[in-house]
Parts: sequence; C-alpha cells; structure tokens
Amino acid sequence: MELPYIINIQRYSIHDGDGIRTTVFFKGCGLSCIWCHNPESQNYDRDVMYSREKCSGCGKCIEICPHKAIHFEGELPVTDRNICEKCETCLDFCLNNARDIVGKQYSINELMKEIEKDRMFYEQSGGGVTLSGGEVMSQNIDYLLPLLKKLKKSGINVNIDTCGFAPSESFRAALPYVDTFLYDVKHLDSDVHKRFTGQGNELILSNLRMISDMGAKINIRIPVIEGVNADDKSISDIIEYLKNNINVFRVNLLPYHNTGSHKYEKLGLGYEDELLNVPCDERMEELRNAFTTNGFPDVKIGG
Amino acid sequence: MEERGMNQRIKDLRRQSETTVPHIYIERAVLMTDAYKKYEGSVSIPELRALTMKEIFSRKKINIEPGELIVGEKGDSPQSTPTFPELCCHTLQDMQVMNDRELICFKVSDEDMKIQEEVIIPFWEKRSMRKKILEAMKPQWKDCYEAGIFTEFMEQRGPGHTVGSRKIYEKGFLDYKKDIEDALNALDYMNDSKAVEKRDQLNAMSIMCDAIIILGERYAALATEMAEKETDEARKAELLQIAENCKVVPAHKPQTYWQAIQMYWFVHLGVTTELNPWDAYSPGRLDQHLNPFYQKDVEDGILDDEKALELLECLWVKFNNQPAPPKVGITLKESSTYTDFANINTGGITEDGRDGVNDVSYLILDCMDEMKLLQPSSNVQISRKTPQKFLLRACEISRKGWGQPAFYNTEAIIQELLNAGKSIEDARKGGTSGCVETGAFGTEAYILQGYFNIPKILELTLNNGFDKVSGKQLGLQLGYGTDFDTYEKLWDAFSAQMKHFIDIKVEGSNVITQLYAKYMPAPFLSIITDDCISRGMDYNAGGARYNTNYLQGVGIGTITDCLSAIKYNVYDKKKFTMSDLMKALESDYAGYEVIHNMVTNKSPKYGNDDEYADEVMTSVFNLYQGLVTGRDNMRNGHWRINMLPTTCHVYFGEVCGALPNGRLAGKPLSEGISPEKGADTNGPTSVIKSASKMDHLRTGGTLLNQKFTPSVLKGDEGLEQLANLIRAYFALDGHHIQFNVIDRETLIKAQQNPEDYKDLIVRVAGYSDHFRNLSKALQDEIIWRTEQSFN
Repeated sequence: MELPYIINIQRYSIHDGDGIRTTVFFKGCGLSCIWCHNPESQNYDRDVMYSREKCSGCGKCIEICPHKAIHFEGELPVTDRNICEKCETCLDFCLNNARDIVGKQYSINELMKEIEKDRMFYEQSGGGVTLSGGEVMSQNIDYLLPLLKKLKKSGINVNIDTCGFAPSESFRAALPYVDTFLYDVKHLDSDVHKRFTGQGNELILSNLRMISDMGAKINIRIPVIEGVNADDKSISDIIEYLKNNINVFRVNLLPYHNTGSHKYEKLGLGYEDELLNVPCDERMEELRNAFTTNGFPDVKIGG
Repeated sequence: MEERGMNQRIKDLRRQSETTVPHIYIERAVLMTDAYKKYEGSVSIPELRALTMKEIFSRKKINIEPGELIVGEKGDSPQSTPTFPELCCHTLQDMQVMNDRELICFKVSDEDMKIQEEVIIPFWEKRSMRKKILEAMKPQWKDCYEAGIFTEFMEQRGPGHTVGSRKIYEKGFLDYKKDIEDALNALDYMNDSKAVEKRDQLNAMSIMCDAIIILGERYAALATEMAEKETDEARKAELLQIAENCKVVPAHKPQTYWQAIQMYWFVHLGVTTELNPWDAYSPGRLDQHLNPFYQKDVEDGILDDEKALELLECLWVKFNNQPAPPKVGITLKESSTYTDFANINTGGITEDGRDGVNDVSYLILDCMDEMKLLQPSSNVQISRKTPQKFLLRACEISRKGWGQPAFYNTEAIIQELLNAGKSIEDARKGGTSGCVETGAFGTEAYILQGYFNIPKILELTLNNGFDKVSGKQLGLQLGYGTDFDTYEKLWDAFSAQMKHFIDIKVEGSNVITQLYAKYMPAPFLSIITDDCISRGMDYNAGGARYNTNYLQGVGIGTITDCLSAIKYNVYDKKKFTMSDLMKALESDYAGYEVIHNMVTNKSPKYGNDDEYADEVMTSVFNLYQGLVTGRDNMRNGHWRINMLPTTCHVYFGEVCGALPNGRLAGKPLSEGISPEKGADTNGPTSVIKSASKMDHLRTGGTLLNQKFTPSVLKGDEGLEQLANLIRAYFALDGHHIQFNVIDRETLIKAQQNPEDYKDLIVRVAGYSDHFRNLSKALQDEIIWRTEQSFN
C-alpha cells in the first residue's frame, strides 16, 4: 500500500478541539486556497523546502548533492525539482538549516505509536488526536480506515479537520469511527469558492449535509477573510445554509492572518494575498453576534 | 518600584525590605569572639556553642520597625547580614570584594572593616571550619574541587537543609527544657560509654533554650517600653500585643494565630543565628500548622481573613529581610543569589492521608500573589486529592510569570521518603525545601553536600583522564576517545571515571561531616529536630531520626545529548569518526561547522520523547544513582541523589571545553532535568514524557523548568491545560515542575535596560530571582531556554 506523507505531528495542540491533542498533518489537498497558511501541505509528494532568509549562499549543498540537482542562480542555490531525489544528503551540510525535506511516511503502527505517546495527556484533559492536513479525507482510504478503526479501538478521541473536498465514500466509511468533524465552510457561492480555492463547493456541501444527516458531530470552522467572505451577504448565506441544513454543535470563526506568506517563497510558489485582509476585532465580534442571534449555541472567535 | 501589599503598613514594610541595600552586620562576629574568649577551654564544645548564643541573644542590638507586627531580625535591621567567622573567616579582600562586586553585593562600612582586621581575623583566621576542612582534604580532592568536578557545600556554610514540624507550635522552650531534663536524668552512666558526651550535648540544648527565651523577654520589654512612649493609640495597642505575644512565645507554646507566627519566627532566628545553615530554615507545612490556630481565633472572634492575611504578609517581609549569608569564591558561583531558600509547602495531604488544603492554604496563595517577593520561596504540593480549585488558583498565580508557586507532587514525595526508609506518618509530614529537596520535616537532617559535574566526566573520559582546562591528570588512564572502538567501550570507561570521581567526592564529604560533628554542633537545631533530645545526640552528628546526604547531579540534559550524539553519529551512522570529533572539540568546533551542525541539529536529543536519546538518559541516571545511593554518610544514614543545579550549571559550564552535543566551550550546562537549551522542539508534553522516564522516586528531588510564551497560557483554556500538564506529569511520578511565563523579547529588553525592569522576577532553578541580579551568563541562559509557544 502506498503510504501517505505526513508533514508534521504536532503535540500539545490546544486550539484544535477539546483538551490536549496531537495533530497529524497529512500532505496533499484538492483545494489550493489562496490564503493557505500551509502551502507545503497542498502537494501529495515530498517537497524540498528552502529558506532564502537563512541561506548564506555558501554553495555547500551544490557541492555535496550526489544527483547534481542544485545549481546557482545568481548568488542563491536553486533546486531542480525534476532531478532532486530527496535523498536528504544536503541537509547535514546546510549549516544554516535553510534546507528541509517535508513529508515522511509512517506505517499505521508507527503512526499509532506516535499518537499513543501522549495518551496520558488526552486522558487527563479530555483531548485526543486531530487528523488534519493538507486534507486527511482525500488520503488513501485503505490507510485511513484501518487507522481510524485502531484509534477507536484504543479509545482515543478522534477529530477530523477537513475542508470537505474529498470522496463522499471516504466520509461515509470514516464516519462511525470519528468523534467530531471540524469542517471548514468558506463560501456559499460556488463561483466565488472556485475563484479563491480552485474548486466549486458542491461536493463540500453535499458531504457536509450527508454526514450531518448520518448523525455526525459537527464543528463548523469558517476562515474569516476580508475580501472573500467577511461581508454581510457572504456570512448571512452561510448562516442560513447551516441553520436550515446542518446539525452544528459549535462554530469557530477564525480570523485570517497572513503568516503563511514566507512559506510560499520557501516552496518557490507565489502568494496572491494582496486581495486579502485581516478582519478587525470589531468585525469579528459582529459576526459572532450574527451567529449567536441566529440560535447557534457555541460560537467562538479563534480556535 | 512597584508598590505591593494589602494595606499601607505592608506596603511600607515591603518597600523598606526591597529598597534597603544588604549590608554586613558585624556585631554577631564580635559577640561570638567575646564569648569564645570567655568560655573556651572551660566547657565542652557543645556548651561553648550554646553559651555563645546566649551571649549574642543577651547583648545584640534589637529593634522593632515602625508598623511591624512580627518582630525580630537576624542582624539589627532589615537586610543586615551577620557573618560567621567560626565557619568562614573572611579576609579583608573578601570583604572588599563583597562591598564592590556588582551582583550580590554586601556593603561593608569602614568600621566593620576595621573590626574584621583587628578583632575577627586575628582570632578566627587559623581556627575557622573552612581552614580545618581545606587542611583535611587530600591533594587529589583539591585538584578536583578546583577543576570544577564537584563543589563542597560545607566549605563556607553549615549543614542544615531542614524544615520545622508541627512540634514548634505545640511546645514552648520551657517544655523542651523539661524534656531535656528528663533525658539527662535517664542517662546511663553505668553502661553507656557515650553518656558524658550526651550529657554535654543535652546541657548545651538546655542553655540554648535559655538563650532564645532571653531573646523573647528582651523583645517583650522593648515593645512595652515603646508602647509607653507611643502616642498613636492604635500602634500603642499593637505594641502591647506584641509585648504580650513575646511573653508567651518562645518560652511557652503559642495560644493564638499571631503568636504561632511569632513563635515560628523566633525559631527561625535561633536556627539562622546559631550557624549559617544552607537553606536557612523553613516553616514547611505552614498552612497545616497555622490552621488550628486560625480556626480557633476565628471562632473566638479575634481573627478575620484580613488580619490573618496581614500577619502572613508581615511574615513574608521578615523572610525577605534576610539575604543569604555572604558567599565568596566557588560557593558564590554555585549559589549566586540573595535568596536563602526558605521554602513554604502549601496543600498536599494531612498526616492521616486526607486532602490537606484548608482555609489558610488559600490565604497563603493570596499572600504569595500579592507580595510577589523572592523570599520565602513558595510552592504548592499537589496530590491526587487536591481540589481542582486550589490547583487552578495556583496555576493562575504561576501564569503571571515570576516562577512562584512551583508545583510539587505529593505522592512522589511520599514514595521517595518511603523508599528512603521513612515511616508513612513521617513521610506524610514531609515535603520539599531549598530548591526541590525531599525531606521528612522535623525528623530528618538531609544535607546537600555539593554538585557533581556529570558532563565534565565525559570530557575527561575522552582525554584519558587528563583535564585540559586545569592542565592536570585528574582521572584514571583508560585511553582516549579514539581508543574506544565501540560505544560500549566508551560507556565502560565513562562509568569507571564516574565511580572514581564520586569516590573522591564522597570520601571528602565524609571527612567534613565528621569535622562538623566534632567542632560545630548545632544544639538549637537539635532541640527542634526529633530525636536529638532523646538520643542525646547533635543534629550534625546524626542525632536526627533520619540522616541523609544528597549529591546533586548537574547536566543530565547535556550529558545525554553528548552521548547520544556520539552514539548516533560516530558508532551507529558513521557520519564522522571519533578522531574528527575530538579535533572538532579541541578547536571549539572552529573549522568543523558541518560536524557542529550534525551534533547540534541532526542528532537525537533529550526532551523530545525520543527513545534513542531517552535511553541514554536513563542509562546515565541509573549509573549515577547506583554509584551514589546507599553509601554510608557517617551520620547513621546514607547518601542519595537529587537532580538540581541552583546556579551551578553556569559555573560547571565555565570549566568545560566544547562538548560533543555542540555546546561551545564555557557555555552553561543544562539545568536540573530540563533539556539542553534549544534541544526540545516537540512541545511540553514531550519534555514531560522524556523527563518522566527517569525514576524520580529513587531521588530526593528533581527540577524541571518550562518556559511558556504568555499567549500559550492565556484564557481559561490555557489555564486548564496548564493544570492538566501538571496532573499528567505527576501521574507519571514527576517530582517538580515550574514555569517561566515571560516572552523572550521582554527578557532581552530587560537585559538591555535593567533600570526599566527593576521588578522583573524570573524563575532560575528551584527559586526565583530578580533578573537584574543574575550574571550575564545566567540571563542569557534564561533568555535562550526553549520557549513552548505552540498553538
């Protein structure tokens, strides 16, 4: 079985659901949101990460690379991603730690072992594991399902943090083993959705509705971005939709922040964030009130 | 300067305590010298010590500061600090250094200097304990001591390291005199070859009772006299009450909450005037001791929470008025602070095993929060039975960032004490003192003997026992790093060197213990520590019910990362050879940047819940623990270990060259059982998991520091999760955890502009200190401790 790549296993996550949690970030996502904070998570393969800020231009990596995949462009080394075999040889020799390889494979047992490490803390705090990404639900279901079954059997609380853009079959299969879905809703207008994320929202909304009908515990998470969805209309559309169709136990309004931009540079990608703005605190409060007055019981700003 | 305190009285007293510059109080040394001249040779040594105290307490200047409710100072006013020439006779140069040094200075007047030169030095120079100790040590010991392999606590200060029990509040010194009388009458001169020795000890204890009673009477007289002159009616009434209190205590047992606190304070003055014992003296389980008085006084209508808190705040000022005795040389380096480590344990469980949190426990938390003073060090004991409300309140104070309260695990403390042979009753009465040290309060003499530099032993192991820093052959000649072609061979050599140096350390300390028993008994401490009276034996000679010596291991994080880096890169992955590494170390990694990068950034490190590194840690811990625990300590007890550094990790770092974990020459070692700076990159749960792989229950205390950015702990959720981290660590048998919650930027600003951050207090290691009073190296150390800033 092709094992999925994992970007990072973050322990002591306390803003990703209840209690102390371990968050597993899977690599690869079907959306390409222009505000994405973790651009390294979009591609399903391993990636070379390079920090121009840290790089001194010493050329050690070029010298040492067994595949001759790196060359100077001006004063800085550039990696040809078609040649690079991600052998990691350069990492030991990069004295400024400007180079990294993102993406590691774990067998289900290996991943369980990592997750089990903080069991004490989950039990003490009512926490557990959060499977996130990238997009966890678009990973190989033959990996995901046995993992979820194992977690269930071990009594570890599971949150799935998803954008919803994944096969409906995967949701249907996973649902019995998931305690809570942290489900992103970004925009109700499919064209707008497509403009900002690369995909329409039909599959996302139908998956949401399906798991709601099947009795899933759903925590809606809305990234609030001025220029995308922080206007009255966008928000009231979301509110109306959720009110009429979805059984929601909690809503998190996540104010956009632009800390992801430096990572685009590291990956050699562009970051089109000039359209985007950070919503002010007052606006966030207004939006919270809008949800509360519409009968949503638990509305939080931030994780 | 920030004004703190519940009312104007406390604010005034606190300001005086905080703004008065510590200075030398020479009168004690003068009176001590007079007494020795008067009595020496005509009485036994214990009696001589007791008579000197009687002389001091009868003649020293006493004072009552405006507004004070609890009276008595070690010197003649706040921040006045006696010297102890019988232990360490300071040279004029020492005095000058104390006066001039920038950090931890003590002002010495010209008059003091003259007395030191003409009266103190001529009499004590050749007879101080320090002189006796250094003369008795072998050359090998001296070489190791000077090279920074270990330190010796008794070199300038007396043994102590102990804590008071409930007994202090249940008996007056006239009652003790009666107990002593009974013990004297029970001596068996017919069959007991030690009977005469015991007689001398008991006589000395009896004289000591007289001495402290005289001090109480003098305060009663002074308060009465001041009341007569006082025009303010309210103050007059207070002074009369103080006089009344001092007529009751210390001669009789206290009747009220106020008298109970005053009683403790007289006892504190007795212990810390008799000698300059490490960690001063502590009231231990203060909430449990005061609670019966509190409940009764509230019932009787003579006390409310406001008054009860005010008296606690007065006591806090008293502790803060007493800087640690002036230290010089290596002793200053290992404990570079004014803090004298009096430590109060709040919470925990009762003697019969029930939850120990009571009304006074919450008052103590309020007091700690409001006073924000370095002294006393305040901690909480958290048991499985501790209410969540109490834990959250303690977390709330701790989150403010200045390191108090620290958190201790009641169940672990009790297990540690049981493992060391205490009864369950005595274990439950115990707690921690100093930084993190476990003891049975009121029944145990648990003496810290010195720090042991574990990473230095690896450095010597790699160099065939030769110390490049001091230029001496200190260790065994077992070969160089390049001679060990397997990790196991390196490990065996390291183990043999560890044993070699621990032997030297223990032998030296055992000699010193005997010197103290012979020349420097502590009859006052013996009165209040069971079972010195019934055994007719001195505290310093093994008279306590339990007697333990602790050797404090330093640098477990550093040594783990060193051995792990060697094992991983040289033996397992063969990324470079031992010869490459040795050359890199020799040049402080200059020209060996790739190796430096590999050992620093690409090798398994302690503190990440990484099995590879953590297995190395447990091996080193087990080795050290096994080599120390169970050795005879010459006081009817054994040696044990604990893992704490005070400020010694900075000094021990100064004497080490570059180390295999990438730490450069001269930089501090890791502190306590915390990971090496920057090594823990996996968050606080991983640190806790790594740290809990050590068998804490085989120690007498471990110290774990965690630094958080304020944002991680904000809100109810941050507080809840902090409490959960503590509960989980304690469920894993962790002994102690403490928090610094100040972001790096603030610390950097405080380093650059100390004047703007006069009030900034940080957690150092088992105690808090003003950031401005720390050496640059220690400031840097705290700034660069890994910040746990995850989301």
